[in-house]
Amino acid sequence: MAQYVKKDDDLDEEAEYSPFSGIDKGAVLQEARCFNDAQIDSRRCSQVITKLLYLLNQGETFTKTEATEVFFSVTKLFQAKDTGLRRMTYLIIKELSPSSDEVIIVTSSLMKDMNSKTDVYRANAIRVLCRITDGTLLTQIERYLKQAIVDKNPVVASAALVSGIHLLQTNPEIVKRWSNEVQEAVQSRAALVQFHALALLQQIRQNDRLAVSKLVTSLTKGTVRSPLAQCLLIRYTSQVIRESSMNGQNGDRPFYDYLEGCLRHKSEMVIFEAARAITELSGVTSRELTPAITVLQLFLSSSKPVLRFAAVRTLNKVAMTHPMAVTTCNIDMESLISDQNRSIATLAITTLLKTGNESGVDRLMKQITSFMSDIADEFKIVVVDAIRSLCLKFPLKFRTLMNFLSNILREEGGFEYKKAIVDSIVTIISDIPDAKETGLLHLCEFIEDCEFTYLSTQILHFLGIEGPKTSDPSKYIRYIYNRVILENATVRASAVSTLAKFGAMVDSLKPRIFVLLRRCLYDNDDEVRDRATLYLNTIGGDGSVVETDKDVKGFLFGRLDLPLANLEASLKNYEPSEEPFDINSVPKETKAQPFAEKKSAAKKPTGLGAPPVAPTSTADSYEKLLLSIPEFSSFGKLFKSSAPVELTESETEYEVNVVKHIFDQHVVFQYNCTNTIPEQLLEDVTIVVDASEAEEFEEVATKPLKSLPYGTPGQTFVAFEKPEGVPAVGKFSNVLRFIVKEVDPSTGEAEDGVEDEYQLEEFEVVAADYMLKVGVSNFRNAWESLGPDFERVDEYGLGPRESLKEAVSAVINLLGMQPCEGTEVVAANSRSHTCLLSGVYIGNVKVAVRLSFGVDSAKEVAMKLAVRSEDATVSDAIHELVAN
Amino acid sequence: MEYCPLVKNILLLDSEGGRIAVKYYSDDWPTNNAKEAFEKSIFTKTHKINARTEAEITMLDSNVVLYKFVQDLHFFVTGGDSENELILSTVLQGFFDAVGILLRGNLNKREALENLDLILLCLDEIIDGGIILETDANVIAGKVASHSVDSAAPLSEQTISQALATAREHFTRSLLSG
Repeated sequence: MAQYVKKDDDLDEEAEYSPFSGIDKGAVLQEARCFNDAQIDSRRCSQVITKLLYLLNQGETFTKTEATEVFFSVTKLFQAKDTGLRRMTYLIIKELSPSSDEVIIVTSSLMKDMNSKTDVYRANAIRVLCRITDGTLLTQIERYLKQAIVDKNPVVASAALVSGIHLLQTNPEIVKRWSNEVQEAVQSRAALVQFHALALLQQIRQNDRLAVSKLVTSLTKGTVRSPLAQCLLIRYTSQVIRESSMNGQNGDRPFYDYLEGCLRHKSEMVIFEAARAITELSGVTSRELTPAITVLQLFLSSSKPVLRFAAVRTLNKVAMTHPMAVTTCNIDMESLISDQNRSIATLAITTLLKTGNESGVDRLMKQITSFMSDIADEFKIVVVDAIRSLCLKFPLKFRTLMNFLSNILREEGGFEYKKAIVDSIVTIISDIPDAKETGLLHLCEFIEDCEFTYLSTQILHFLGIEGPKTSDPSKYIRYIYNRVILENATVRASAVSTLAKFGAMVDSLKPRIFVLLRRCLYDNDDEVRDRATLYLNTIGGDGSVVETDKDVKGFLFGRLDLPLANLEASLKNYEPSEEPFDINSVPKETKAQPFAEKKSAAKKPTGLGAPPVAPTSTADSYEKLLLSIPEFSSFGKLFKSSAPVELTESETEYEVNVVKHIFDQHVVFQYNCTNTIPEQLLEDVTIVVDASEAEEFEEVATKPLKSLPYGTPGQTFVAFEKPEGVPAVGKFSNVLRFIVKEVDPSTGEAEDGVEDEYQLEEFEVVAADYMLKVGVSNFRNAWESLGPDFERVDEYGLGPRESLKEAVSAVINLLGMQPCEGTEVVAANSRSHTCLLSGVYIGNVKVAVRLSFGVDSAKEVAMKLAVRSEDATVSDAIHELVAN
Repeated sequence: MEYCPLVKNILLLDSEGGRIAVKYYSDDWPTNNAKEAFEKSIFTKTHKINARTEAEITMLDSNVVLYKFVQDLHFFVTGGDSENELILSTVLQGFFDAVGILLRGNLNKREALENLDLILLCLDEIIDGGIILETDANVIAGKVASHSVDSAAPLSEQTISQALATAREHFTRSLLSG
């Protein structure tokens, strides 16, 4: 644009010079009138279009009238012969996205260009027309598009094919008619035409499994020219592999050789795509994995950050499922800790934390310490999460890891980061009893100098629960009382509550706590004073407010068993009167989240290396739920709740899964039902259970679900009685019975209902359901303390297995016990393995198991099972489990 | 579309994070505000990093973002979480080099704005609705420049390096067409 060109020395005078400075929408729209001139000035018009595009690009919007006006004058520009101007005309038409009645104005001009002799016109006219067209117009131009797909000019062919990919979303039935032409284009000699044709052809046939499989078979043997097309073919191949393996084929995986061959391709893009595809194969073996890991390892030392990032990110994912396979890369990975690119460094660290063995932890932690100081908080959080899972994996190393956490807790950092550290320490304390006292002291030191009120109050609350149970509760008092002296009112109030909890739980401390609480009566904040007064009166035990010790504890420690939202709603409805508010009137059932929200929450974990899910205790919430149902409240203590077992396939009309709750004399099946049909309301939902194949069980109670609206999960229960303390097993078949009502989704009104049934899959109660996964931090100690009295040892042949790893995890699942000290991980290619398990069997019997596996060249797996427990019959029962 | 490599956006920002030319192909950022917020966060995250010799890469809101800087121009290409990073890298390199050819080696904001029409056409030739059209910088630049008004500018106004760049460009084009 010659008009804009200025001499270079202007730069100094006008540093902020821009050809668009002071641009004004109104003025540009005025200028756009030049499009209507009888004698079109191509250069000037191009400049005005550029200005219009600049405005749109900066986020400026045109009103409907403005856009229409510009569009109409732009259509006049088709009279000009200037190629540059025509290109700009195409661009502005696409940006203005005219409405369908406006499109008609340019259709004939564009159709003329589509048949022009100039390739650039043909290609671009196709793209513009397909972008703005609708279905009716499409049938008119279909003939030309089919021709264009096989046009000998690759740019024209690509334009038509890419437009076809877009149109397939809106007008699939038309685009599907082009498959012969697309098929021909797949054979094109032009690299990108082949890529675009391959993309379109697969999408046309994506629902025809056989056709895709054929396509892959022929292409993997032939020549694919462009790296992009090759990547696409690798993706299709993985899809075919995924689908064929579902048919339960054994032997060599089809197409694996093709993927492996791609690892030797000359383009890095293809090599990486193939390596990634191999690592994502379901049930990939270590033999299959090795060549992929090898090429990724080479990428790790590339000079290009993108290659290093791609490789380390993929290896990080592999480390979650096959940690041993990635250990070969550990040396390269360690050098990446100091990588300039912090994303790469963080991924390297978290990978190392996943693959590291117990002995390497100390060395690794040293390296991380130097690394932590110069990365951003968001990366630090990822590292902290990884360290937490490492600590749970190697409980014996908790000292090193806890020290590390407490050190970084003292350094500078934002709230999210500090919160991640505190959460990790709390998790470790809850899971590793030995770590409790040191962990609590670290937290105490942290609140001495903590700028975040939220964290201080959370820690004080946690201290109140855990502190009194420690060997020397008195040492925490100083830290807590310091808060009362030094902090803001919110923290002071929670410190008062924490003090009171110590007072209530530890009798020896009571007099001293009283002194401290009395001082709080003179606090200048009324909440702090009120709490102090309340606690002094309740634990003071002068008989006026609360009678017994038990009530005090219930009052101070008791959890509010109510969803806060429900309580809030009830309180809002309560009208002040003589009658006091009855907390028992608050509904205990939680309203499920709206369906859409749930779906979005189920999206893939985000961020770097998807942090591992923290172990959460659902047992507590199950127990509360069951105890709140009167029919089941007499069953006693809940022993174990199983993981949900799906009784329907996903995406059926009604989705049902079952959770098996084991009590001493009873089992309760909790059926979680979801209605996925918006037009239906289900009422009186029950499950009819046929227990004819479960002889020892007798049905005693059912709790139907009153109503099951669309998208809100609900529960119905069936309870069975069984012989006390006996691990009875059996098979149960189920039918969902309900009254279905048609609902108008727009108004929510329901019509009269009819009874209906829905067959569900059957499930079993197995011996593993009676085994509680309870880990021990030191297996050797646990093993020795159980003693050899009730030890039972035997050997078993497991027959030919897919791999040693598969055999080990099968036995762990069969026994339902907790693997200890990371022994569930089997080293790649190892011929033998020892696995340590611990658990608690029904009747509170501690069980420890030592499993020794060996595998021979024919993949025959043999196993030696040694069981120790507190009861001979239990030891025998474990052996029976395996023997069957 | 799930199998086809997709580009979510291409951005060309200046040294303050302001827009020179941007193009979005995904619904992840429905409003101009959302787009500007994305540009702001990716610029804040990357502007201190030396991405001048090799393209750099990072994650943002479960997107992979590749970037390369030269003088006061910041080039970005964004793809989904599971996109092949090396494909995105090819797109970034194609865009970066094509702009280099079109601006005849004078890679700076002022030159870019003065030739904004070329930059916009360049974007149009690289990606169509998220699908990669072309990644070879010479081909892209060739398609854009074949009808550029500017190439007619008299040689006397060009510096030596510009003249060399033009010559190189003519040479590659003649190779391609031949």
